[in-house]
Amino acid sequence: MHQWDFSPVFSNLDFLLLGLYHTFLVTALALSFGIPIGLALALCRLSRFRLVSGVATFIIEFFRTTPPLVQLFWFFFALPILIDVRMTPFVASVATFSIQSSAFFAEIFRGGINSIERGQWEAAKAIGMSYRQSLRRIILPQAVKRMIPAFLERSIELLKTTTLISTVSYADLMFQANELAQKTFRPLEVYTVVALMYFFLIFGFSYASIHVERFLAKSGESTMR
Amino acid sequence: MNYQWDFQTVWENFDVLWIGLIGTLKIFSVTVVLGLFGGLIVGMGRYARPIWIRGPASIFVEFFRNTPVLVQIIWFYFALPILVPINVSPFLAAVLGISLNTAAFSAEIYRGGIQSIEPGQWEAAKAIGMNYAQTMRRIILPQAIKRMLPPLTNRGIEAFKMSTLASVVAYVETLNQAKLIASLNFNPIETYSVVAFAFFVILYPLVQATYVLERMFGKSD
Amino acid sequence: MSAEAVVEVRGLVKRFGDLEVLKGIDLKVREGETVVLLGVSGSGKSTLLRCINFMETPTEGRVFESGKLVGTEKNGRMVYRERELCALRTRIGMVFQHFNLFPHMTALQNVMEGQTTVLRESREAAEKNAIEQLRRVGLEDKAFEYPARLSGGQKQRVAIARALSMNPRVMLFDEVTSALDPELVGEVLKAIRQLADEGMTMIIVTHELGFAYHVADRVLFLDGGEIIEQGPPAEILVKPETRRAKEFLEGHSLFKLPD
Repeated sequence: MHQWDFSPVFSNLDFLLLGLYHTFLVTALALSFGIPIGLALALCRLSRFRLVSGVATFIIEFFRTTPPLVQLFWFFFALPILIDVRMTPFVASVATFSIQSSAFFAEIFRGGINSIERGQWEAAKAIGMSYRQSLRRIILPQAVKRMIPAFLERSIELLKTTTLISTVSYADLMFQANELAQKTFRPLEVYTVVALMYFFLIFGFSYASIHVERFLAKSGESTMR
Repeated sequence: MNYQWDFQTVWENFDVLWIGLIGTLKIFSVTVVLGLFGGLIVGMGRYARPIWIRGPASIFVEFFRNTPVLVQIIWFYFALPILVPINVSPFLAAVLGISLNTAAFSAEIYRGGIQSIEPGQWEAAKAIGMNYAQTMRRIILPQAIKRMLPPLTNRGIEAFKMSTLASVVAYVETLNQAKLIASLNFNPIETYSVVAFAFFVILYPLVQATYVLERMFGKSD
Repeated sequence: MSAEAVVEVRGLVKRFGDLEVLKGIDLKVREGETVVLLGVSGSGKSTLLRCINFMETPTEGRVFESGKLVGTEKNGRMVYRERELCALRTRIGMVFQHFNLFPHMTALQNVMEGQTTVLRESREAAEKNAIEQLRRVGLEDKAFEYPARLSGGQKQRVAIARALSMNPRVMLFDEVTSALDPELVGEVLKAIRQLADEGMTMIIVTHELGFAYHVADRVLFLDGGEIIEQGPPAEILVKPETRRAKEFLEGHSLFKLPD
């Protein structure tokens, strides 16, 4: 029977926490790039110009359909050959997940915008608003509220997917776990602790997002429709 | 930006990629079957009345929905063999990780599909004297399955994408083979581009199918 | 010379694919005139209204506003720039069947929105005018309510105030009472009637024949995308000449001719 011994894990907790910080860093950066890019892609996909909407559609569908790990390898190993950049694991990770998540955010934006009744566009138009004014003042404020649950879900999904960046040697929580497991010869303890760390983190976020959804659903009655 | 693309070396190694694709299909088919059936059982478990069934089923779902698949695969590969005296192959570790994740997510789809049917349907069935099993089989499931089919197809697509994670524990699948080709021929850009497009070409028809299903069933509802 | 035409339409044709909804409409609306469009559903009356403020782009024909041609002609085809149309719509107010109030704004904010965002007026001036417009439709006490807390009739009156806040030269009403419960129709019609008395130029699509009789200077009867009859309400509604108009009026048995 295995003798459990967590002391090597806990004495190296700062090592793991550094990884956790990197996990958050990449997630936060990917979100802050991914959301605006996603909005831009969504607006392009909704464009009247066939070429613009075609290109946007392809980008969105491509990044939604192909495995993120393949994308990450492409950005890390292939892109530096194509354009002259010094590709670090960090840059590759942020770039991959910004674009990958932007494709998903784009569809959330598009769904949200499409869910607003045509009458809202017409009313904005009728008081002389341009497309941009209607979008900014009338459509997006309503749409964003409906999108929040999907946004939260996608962000949590992103947090989970960032574990992949350990495969290009970026020192996220997963990578630090691998290192620590090798150093201490305690893979069972290390991986169990890390799995639980991920679980409580993500479960916490999911739980919080359910409450946000409930709150929105309730307040929705008074301001929506 | 004037890189000379050369796909020659990729085609020359097509047999290597082919072996990988077989590996991908193998792990995909095993995980999708295990995942969807496992999910059905867990989903029914979450619907059960006794707490000793419902409780563990809920914990299972929450745990595997809320942990990254890669962490699970690594845990099964490196940690599980220490606990139980079995030899965990890369294949087994990946299958466990992906199947359990798929099961947890599909359990919620089954449950959600059944709960999405209005209580009026249950009452109407009861009112014409149907028992639970009859109601389920004749009234609820035929309606619920329509709603479940698009998200379940989606789960299948996700499982296919997740199969690439098996490369992390060196299971021989497409991405693993691509890594091999890229490192031997110094052609990562061509190899990874081909692999990315291969995944797109395989999966995109399925994605389209889910859209069609959604539209079809959306209307008849 | 009669008064200046605020809105004029010449040879207006609108096609949706193969379907020709308007088949060459000519219409001149004078300053201060109230024109009511009647006809069965599908006769093209709503489409005509929506072509006047370019919610729909006419397939053929010309639209003039205060004597000025809307759009520019290039190689025999009309070209419309978004900027020109936006400016046009600030001078032509429209009220919809389904109100289309902005749900994320209070009644007051709804009425201020066009003034601040489109006309670039200061918040103070916009708010002052908005309250004035809400008073005009009798809703100044509902200024801080969200649309979800208003009744259908109140919503529609806020929508009228919203359109009025732009200080338009003409107002278009597109079946504005059709989505209302019967007991709420009166308050909306009263507000419109008051506008007519103030001399507002208006084009109204409605099924309320009694209202049309009292408020209209001129009634147009549309059928199959054409104006088949027009004149003062006392003639058109009392002794229509065409068979289609007669059938339509008989179908509205609720309409009692005044003595």
